[in-house]
Amino acid sequence: MMQIMNPKTMYRKIWDAHLVRQTPGEPSLIYVDRHLVHETTTPQAFTGLKEAGRKVRRPDLTFAVMDHAVPTKDRNLPIVDEIAAGQLQALARNCREFGITLFDMSSHNQGIIHVIGPELGITQPGQTIVCGDSHTSTHGAFGTLAFGIGTSEVEHVLATQCLSQYESKTMRIVVDGARANGVSAKDIILAIIRKIGIMGGTGHVVEYTGEAIRALSMEGRMTVCNMSIEGGARAGMVAPDDTTFAYLEGRPYVPRGKEFQAAVETWKLLPSDEGAEFDVTVTLDASKLSPQVTWGTNPGMVTGVNDRVPDPASYSDPDDQKAVTRALEYMGLKAGTPMVDIPLDRIFIGSCTNSRLSDLRAAARVVAGKHIAKNLKEALVVPGSMTIKAQAESEGLDRIFRDAGFEWRDSGCSMCIAMNPDIVPPGERAASTSNRNFEGRQGKDSRSHLVSPVMAAAAAIAGHFVDIREWNVDAVE
Amino acid sequence: MQPFTKHTGTVLPLDRLNVDTDQMVPKQFLKSQSKTGFGRVLFYDWRYLPGEKPNPDFILNSPRYQGVSVLLARANFGCGSSREHAPWAIADYGFRVLIAPSYADIFYSNCFKNGILPVTLSEQQVDELFKRAEKEQGYALTVDLPSQTVSDAHGLKYNFEIDEFRKRVLLEGLDDIGLTLKYEAKITTFEQTHHPSATLYAPVDAKYAPKARQQ
Repeated sequence: MMQIMNPKTMYRKIWDAHLVRQTPGEPSLIYVDRHLVHETTTPQAFTGLKEAGRKVRRPDLTFAVMDHAVPTKDRNLPIVDEIAAGQLQALARNCREFGITLFDMSSHNQGIIHVIGPELGITQPGQTIVCGDSHTSTHGAFGTLAFGIGTSEVEHVLATQCLSQYESKTMRIVVDGARANGVSAKDIILAIIRKIGIMGGTGHVVEYTGEAIRALSMEGRMTVCNMSIEGGARAGMVAPDDTTFAYLEGRPYVPRGKEFQAAVETWKLLPSDEGAEFDVTVTLDASKLSPQVTWGTNPGMVTGVNDRVPDPASYSDPDDQKAVTRALEYMGLKAGTPMVDIPLDRIFIGSCTNSRLSDLRAAARVVAGKHIAKNLKEALVVPGSMTIKAQAESEGLDRIFRDAGFEWRDSGCSMCIAMNPDIVPPGERAASTSNRNFEGRQGKDSRSHLVSPVMAAAAAIAGHFVDIREWNVDAVE
Repeated sequence: MQPFTKHTGTVLPLDRLNVDTDQMVPKQFLKSQSKTGFGRVLFYDWRYLPGEKPNPDFILNSPRYQGVSVLLARANFGCGSSREHAPWAIADYGFRVLIAPSYADIFYSNCFKNGILPVTLSEQQVDELFKRAEKEQGYALTVDLPSQTVSDAHGLKYNFEIDEFRKRVLLEGLDDIGLTLKYEAKITTFEQTHHPSATLYAPVDAKYAPKARQQ
């Protein structure tokens, strides 16, 4: 093999290809290929833009969707929450005024922004993608540099199609080994966060590599990249390969025929060169992983399903002891309780982390022919997009979920952020396939346990956590 | 943006690790279309009991800490969601300076857009400041950006590091977009060789779609 001079990381290649301006002592100006916008973090940006008399520089590279606060049922009725409705109307008004493609609540392609970007082929390898949402890291699964920005930066991108950025450090996370049936992409990323800590990735762009990452579907890779931010990293990425190209081919915004082949040839140049240096390398063995369940109030507070709620005294750092004590108090958990003994009130299968077709198929296989436990008050399935919803219905998944006692909803962020009526009430405990178990995240005083879709599905049937590996079911998503 | 040069103010010691932006501004307040008025809801779930009765157990409600403008925090302050509502709330409440051992990336960057100076000090230095703030009622710090120092009335003085460019933006209260637009010609030149086309090859169900730009 030819030795490559000055081997580059994939991050560096994409960075270099988007460098508009660099000057020593200043942040660089980076060009943005795709700007994704939603209703919640953009109204102030559009207002600022208009007040300054500025225009949207590249409406053709800007894509909008309504997802955060949209209701997931009764969409034919007026939205009860007037403030939320006002924000949705503002997005529609701004898109109309500036000529921005909008997937509104009535669109057959509406869905969670980080689900529909890839699904429609808006997301493509080698791009820079930003959005006023921290889970923009999801798109890194395609070999893009994708990260969340604040509303001031949204306004900056609208006006200039560029972003002022400092170069990040790089972290390579190598996940080798074959995962067991029942151990999913979600378990890989939760185990990574447990290992590096929720601030372990701060200041870094992560590249996930290794045979366990290669073996993942695009959906699984999106789940992993999605939660990069929960480990502190603004962006996470996976090198594009045949799995990536096969996923993309034929999607609405992806070139066809010879143009597609030409695009693939350029995408093949993206992976990090042999010998490229990373600031940090972390390794994980997927064959040793068990299904993960969070027990605390951040995603790093996680353990294997067969473990127990930890004892604060088992931590050496007094600050950690305090944080764990506080988390257990909030969660209403006693140290030493087996994770499988924790009873549940609600189940949520959805969010930009885990709401894609393969997630729903795997969860449906777990619940098929069974019924949710009597102690549950609610079990929701919220598909990541209306396209996924339609596909799932054509396969009969909606019937399987409904027959098992689940509610089958329209698409949106739903109970992950609880900005719409899908809320976990105070003191209740939810198994959720979403990404954040922060205090109050799913509703004031709600208690969230993050798990994979198959683990949430099994917990729904049992009424408490169970080790899905003990069930005789194909749980590979 | 309001420039920042030097600030003296009393300190609120918020002794919690990993304070996430969901705690700073809970989701129900993200439906606003305004940047103002978020000070009232800062740390909402910790700060209020049902009926918006102030929670006496939360430090921000303590009579001792009224009028604070320097927020002393623990590591990984501002983790989680990218919501800029968090720094809007912090600034609207009256804080001008944050001091912590570390910050989450997006939150850190958002602070500079809103005239808030996030000072980074070592764990030991932050521990010392916590001790002093918890011991002395009305404990105040002076934060001087030009000299990059944090000092108190008892002779304590710490230097802090800050990126030179970010320092200048804060000192002069510069408008980021205005700065970038000075290089508009460079952006236009870049676009002549870089073509991130978003051509549609199959129909989608969307509104207001612009024509893809001809390359």
